[in-house]
Amino acid sequence: MKVVVKDKRVVEDAWHVVKDDEAAGAHTIVSLARWNDHREELLAGGTPIGMVLRSNESPDDVRDRDRLALIAVDFPAFTDGRGYSTARMLRSRLHYKGEIRAIGDVMRDEMFLMSRCGIDSFAVKPGKDIDKALSAFDDFSVTYQAAADDERPLFRRVHR
Amino acid sequence: MYQYDEYDQKIVEERARQFRGQVQRRVDGEVTENEFKPLRLQNGLYMQLHAYMLRVAIPYGVLSSKQIRMLAHIARRYDRGYGHITTRQNIQYNWPSLEDVPSILDDLASVQMHAIQTSGNCIRNITSDPFAGVAPDELEDPRPYCELLRQWSTFHPEFAFLPRKFKIAVTGTPGHDRAAIRFHDIGVRIVENADGAPGRDGAKTRRGFEVWVGGGMGRTPFIGVVVRPFVEYEDLLAYLESILRVYNLHGRRDNKFKARIKILVSELGAEAFTRLVEEDFERSRNPDLKLERTELERVAVGFAPPPYEPVAIARGDGKTLAERSANDEAFARWLKTNVLSHKIDGYRIVVLSLKKQGIPPGDVSDTQLDRMADLADRYSFGEVRTMHTQNMVLPDVREAHLSEIYDELVALDMATPNFRLLTDIIACPGLDYCALANARSIPLSLELSRRFEDLDYQEDIGPCSIKISGCINACGHHHVGNIGILGINKNGEEVYQLMLGGHDSDSASLGRILGPALPENQVADAVEKVLAHYLKFRTDSEETFLDCYRRLGPEPFKQAAYGA
Repeated sequence: MKVVVKDKRVVEDAWHVVKDDEAAGAHTIVSLARWNDHREELLAGGTPIGMVLRSNESPDDVRDRDRLALIAVDFPAFTDGRGYSTARMLRSRLHYKGEIRAIGDVMRDEMFLMSRCGIDSFAVKPGKDIDKALSAFDDFSVTYQAAADDERPLFRRVHR
Repeated sequence: MYQYDEYDQKIVEERARQFRGQVQRRVDGEVTENEFKPLRLQNGLYMQLHAYMLRVAIPYGVLSSKQIRMLAHIARRYDRGYGHITTRQNIQYNWPSLEDVPSILDDLASVQMHAIQTSGNCIRNITSDPFAGVAPDELEDPRPYCELLRQWSTFHPEFAFLPRKFKIAVTGTPGHDRAAIRFHDIGVRIVENADGAPGRDGAKTRRGFEVWVGGGMGRTPFIGVVVRPFVEYEDLLAYLESILRVYNLHGRRDNKFKARIKILVSELGAEAFTRLVEEDFERSRNPDLKLERTELERVAVGFAPPPYEPVAIARGDGKTLAERSANDEAFARWLKTNVLSHKIDGYRIVVLSLKKQGIPPGDVSDTQLDRMADLADRYSFGEVRTMHTQNMVLPDVREAHLSEIYDELVALDMATPNFRLLTDIIACPGLDYCALANARSIPLSLELSRRFEDLDYQEDIGPCSIKISGCINACGHHHVGNIGILGINKNGEEVYQLMLGGHDSDSASLGRILGPALPENQVADAVEKVLAHYLKFRTDSEETFLDCYRRLGPEPFKQAAYGA
């Protein structure tokens, strides 16, 4: 079981990444290639399956996206900002309705931005206080631009 | 200028509070220096040789007198009594302590200022024409669009961790670019589409934006390319967003020195790059991203023309000006070089020179700032501008006031009549301050300003830009100096490469290295010889140094500089 932030709370769940040569079952997160090539097989078990998008992989390349219960977006280093675009494209452009989880170098100070990009769960990295990380969602009460959480710029949300 | 509403104000206050929290967690050890670094950079806080350096944003170079007084206060209270105007219209302080920065940000927020995204791998200050709104040759004031872009880019969640820094500049004068848009990651030029297709409100011409991408200086200078000659005004945000997205996804992240968008454009080729942008733009057809007229108008209100006096009052009887010009040579000189024509009859644009001989270019003291605020209130509707050439501007001065304002500026050491002339030098802080530098730039800039201080000589030479960088990161813009100088370190010795022929405006060009690098004590002589050659071989006094160089080519100048 892993402790993650989900829907702005600290919860435990069973999602975990498995290598291509490891068994895939309920709540496993497989690679893009494995999902694309073997998704019928993976789904045949009748349990929720997830997939991870590495920072050089595109959401456009995911087949049958909507049959995935969860898509993890990897941040190999927190300074690698490709995942923000990936998440936003998944959520806003491709209308993915499942859970988008940030994994990798995930910490409190980036979570507000990540949530604006459509990420709704966060595998906060080991060594960081996950309870304190919840304060991230209060970083800002006002935002200027459109993003996955609201694709309207401020000037369309309020009267200025 | 734009006035913050409750939303703008909340954002800068919450940001200051957020940074206070980050500093606390850093001090408590919850966050490592590596984790803290991008966070503090996004608040403009650099670690330098001697101390932290804080870079405060001056959006598109516009400041109110109230804000200037606060900048003076910060210089006095938290620093050593001065600030430095940068080549991106910002101001930086070289000596704040980390513990004081949250208070500095609070002080800034109280006057609608901040240090947001002035550093780091994110979208930086939107810069513009320092004469925006008052230049007689302007098509449309770019500042409302700059402010809209500032808001759009502030904490844009998708683009907070780009491969590298990202700089945007906007010009509203298609015929004369004073914002150097061809040397920015994105350059925007307001244009008029005169193809006869009906525009807004049935107008025969349509206003829109010509968008350039991939310009920049640094180690690998590039002149930008046009990615789209005409973007509809309402698509500005969406189109720029597509450019940023393509860059975020495809920009190189393996090599810090190949990570700018100019490299991506160069490696993909302009055509392939453009196709990616157009594809993304096509796919993200979000009607909500379209710029709404009411929002543009709301923002534009802040930049409405001030209550100009009619020309009879603004000009006065004209006698004082005429008499003084005839009898006071210094005044006449200043009038000729530092005072420029204005779009409104009876008014002028006054450049405040921060290039006095003996002072590092761009440095301004707290006293100068305070007095400048008074001058702004008295003579320029309370507004001042910063220039990327490291001078400042009083944008709206009545001709009738020029004589008295001159005396004030002389007393403040801001009347050196050298705007655009030889001693209007741009220099980066260099090895004296900057951890990245290889050579000192300030002593050389001081030496050159001494060597060429003769005003008759400078006027005879005419417009000629000297730009000095202390390393190949080119913060002094040496690639686009008519005379560019790059300090390098060769076997432990500081030597200087001379280049000629750079230009950052419409007929943009990159300078070309003239010959072997020179030790510091030979640079001034070499420059003087180059100038002597120009004086001797120009067609007439109207031919500028740049035009002469372009006509004759580098060889004769090389001979002059290095020959017997």
